[in-house]
Amino acid sequence: MANLANERRVISVIVMNESSVLSRITSLFAARGYNIESLTVAPIPDSDMSHITIATKGSSKLMEQITKQLHKLIPVYKVIEHEEMVEKEMVLAKFPIAENLADISVLSAAYNGGVVNVGKEMIIVMVADEPKRVKHFIEAAQRYNPCEIVRGGVVAIER
Amino acid sequence: MAQMSGAQMVCEAIIAEGVKTVFGYPGGAIMHVYDEIYKQEGFEHILNRHEQASVHAADGYARATGEVGVAMVTSGPGFTNAVTGLATAYMDSIPLVVISGQVPLALIGTDGFQEIDAVGISRPCTKHNFLVRTLEELPRVLKEAFYIARSGRPGPVLVDIPKDITVDIGEFVYPDSVDIPTYKPTYKGNKRQIEKAVEAIKKAKKPLLYIGGGVVLSNAYELVRELAKKTQIPVVETLMARGVMGAKNPLLLGMLGMHGNYASNMAMSETDLVISLGARFDDRVTGKLSEFAKYADIIHVDIDAANIGKLVDVDYPIVGDVTEVLEAMLPQLDDVDTDRYEAWRNILKRYDELHPQSYVDSDEVIKPQWAIERIGELIGEDAIITSDVGQHQMWAAQHYPFDRPRQWINSGGLGTMGFGFPAALGAKRAFPEKTVVNVTGDGSILMNMQELVTAAEYKIPVINMILNNHFLGMVRQWQTFFYEKRYSETDLTFQPNWKALAEACGGIGYDVSTKAEFDAAIKDAIKQDKVCFMNVAVNRFEDVLPMVPSGGALFNMMLPQTTKGDA
Repeated sequence: MANLANERRVISVIVMNESSVLSRITSLFAARGYNIESLTVAPIPDSDMSHITIATKGSSKLMEQITKQLHKLIPVYKVIEHEEMVEKEMVLAKFPIAENLADISVLSAAYNGGVVNVGKEMIIVMVADEPKRVKHFIEAAQRYNPCEIVRGGVVAIER
Repeated sequence: MAQMSGAQMVCEAIIAEGVKTVFGYPGGAIMHVYDEIYKQEGFEHILNRHEQASVHAADGYARATGEVGVAMVTSGPGFTNAVTGLATAYMDSIPLVVISGQVPLALIGTDGFQEIDAVGISRPCTKHNFLVRTLEELPRVLKEAFYIARSGRPGPVLVDIPKDITVDIGEFVYPDSVDIPTYKPTYKGNKRQIEKAVEAIKKAKKPLLYIGGGVVLSNAYELVRELAKKTQIPVVETLMARGVMGAKNPLLLGMLGMHGNYASNMAMSETDLVISLGARFDDRVTGKLSEFAKYADIIHVDIDAANIGKLVDVDYPIVGDVTEVLEAMLPQLDDVDTDRYEAWRNILKRYDELHPQSYVDSDEVIKPQWAIERIGELIGEDAIITSDVGQHQMWAAQHYPFDRPRQWINSGGLGTMGFGFPAALGAKRAFPEKTVVNVTGDGSILMNMQELVTAAEYKIPVINMILNNHFLGMVRQWQTFFYEKRYSETDLTFQPNWKALAEACGGIGYDVSTKAEFDAAIKDAIKQDKVCFMNVAVNRFEDVLPMVPSGGALFNMMLPQTTKGDA
């Protein structure tokens, strides 16, 4: 992997699913001045572990330090620095009902999603795609005056 | 199965772990545990007069013995007072279990009286911490706390116990063993890496053993001495490793770093192979990183993988316990050609002759370096030396003839003023037959002077040797060198009456200003069964030298006047 100082990286951290484990991770990042771009966490099915996905930036040397420091935390079982991965992020976006609904629907479908809720005044769509494409979706969505966009953060799995 | 309260379980666990002395201070949230302490006879409890001192005392006990030190405090301010102690132990990897009371479970999160988020505050300064949530998990948590504290790279562990859990009654079975699937320290070094490192040693021309506090923690000093003897490779020690080689060992160059001696710092600057054992390339050791060991390949043995490659690029990384790594490495060095390094040894010998560790003595005034050397002559190997932080600490590290590890106890990583006196109490409690001297200054000693009362009450006769220059000396030294002598808030001309202060608290005081008085005082103090303040008036403007200015290259040292010109 190229040693680019500010390259985007994704790390998966498998941890014991116990109280305050997430704060151990985030306080480590804060204390050592590491950057968190996005963070997701959810329990791993049928286990007492959780899967945390962290998107961050830095050189490969910094990544090595982050990985080692994470591994030192007692409840951390495994740290995976992703290289060959499938990466997805989910986004929810809310638009005024007066906007062009057909366009919005087609747009969300183009990014692996669709309409998930329609109310009196608002329409909500969901998309789930690679982080780069999610960025494109958000740019494209601006045309339809979104009231609110919520990003879910990256999840990744090694290929 | 024994039924008992959570408080009793705490005491039973402490006894089961073989702890003989607990240092602490009671309060509301921990009272049930103190009630059980009153009833039991398995361990003694020392009541310090401040929670910070309790943790430092447990720390001193741990450093002197190698066992886990235990301190106990209450919630809120009891805990926050303990934080400096936890951080001190954390930075120097000292195994501690600190038990703190917490408000009852139902009150947590309500800003209850004396409530503070102890696990939140202590997260960055403990190896691990626990907030106990049920009585059922208490025995396991206590067992894990001791295990985590002493295993792998040691460190302090906090166990925060809500008050109601100490009251509740349940079944107590103390686990025999620990199984934490996420925590498996690496002890054995990689065989192939060790072989490569051995080859590198055999090929080197100017190898250097760089010894850190990890050797003390791993009790590996005999193996390190054997390695040096077998290979005839010269050795430098960090501040935390003083005593590993023994002052008389001809292969020991001395301490390296900001206040290292000339030969040690030059050795590091010119070596072609650094063999780092349990050291972590601290900034006070390396100086300017880009100039540090510039011509060397680096073998780095460390039990903490995160230390390897953190600051310097390493050619031969070996993650493992230094004891196990050396046991594997030593037999492979049977055929090492020690003559190979002779020219190198001679160069370093010349460096040391050119600029030995030295100072200009005086007949008019006691020089602090003389005072250190003198106690070395008078009590030498029988003593345990603790220290506070500042000039006196560096003089002690430079000039005391340490001849074994665990003889030198100081706060290296965090640099905690006020550490020395309570740490001395812990060390003396562990080794009552040894003379324990806290080398301190007129600044540091006041930061935990309430321990005079503790020491007097429990008859713990430690000697506080105050090298009194009426200054916060180390800051003053920097102000002299780097701030055009603007002595901002470092002048300590206003002083207590040290003798009276010690006596008021049940100790002994000595005012010393001549060498004869010094000898008389120290000889008297050793015989006493009382704690003492030995107020030694020393040269006011004495500097700690050599000195590498902060951020400078190791080979650019300010040297004492006694030396014979530039190399």
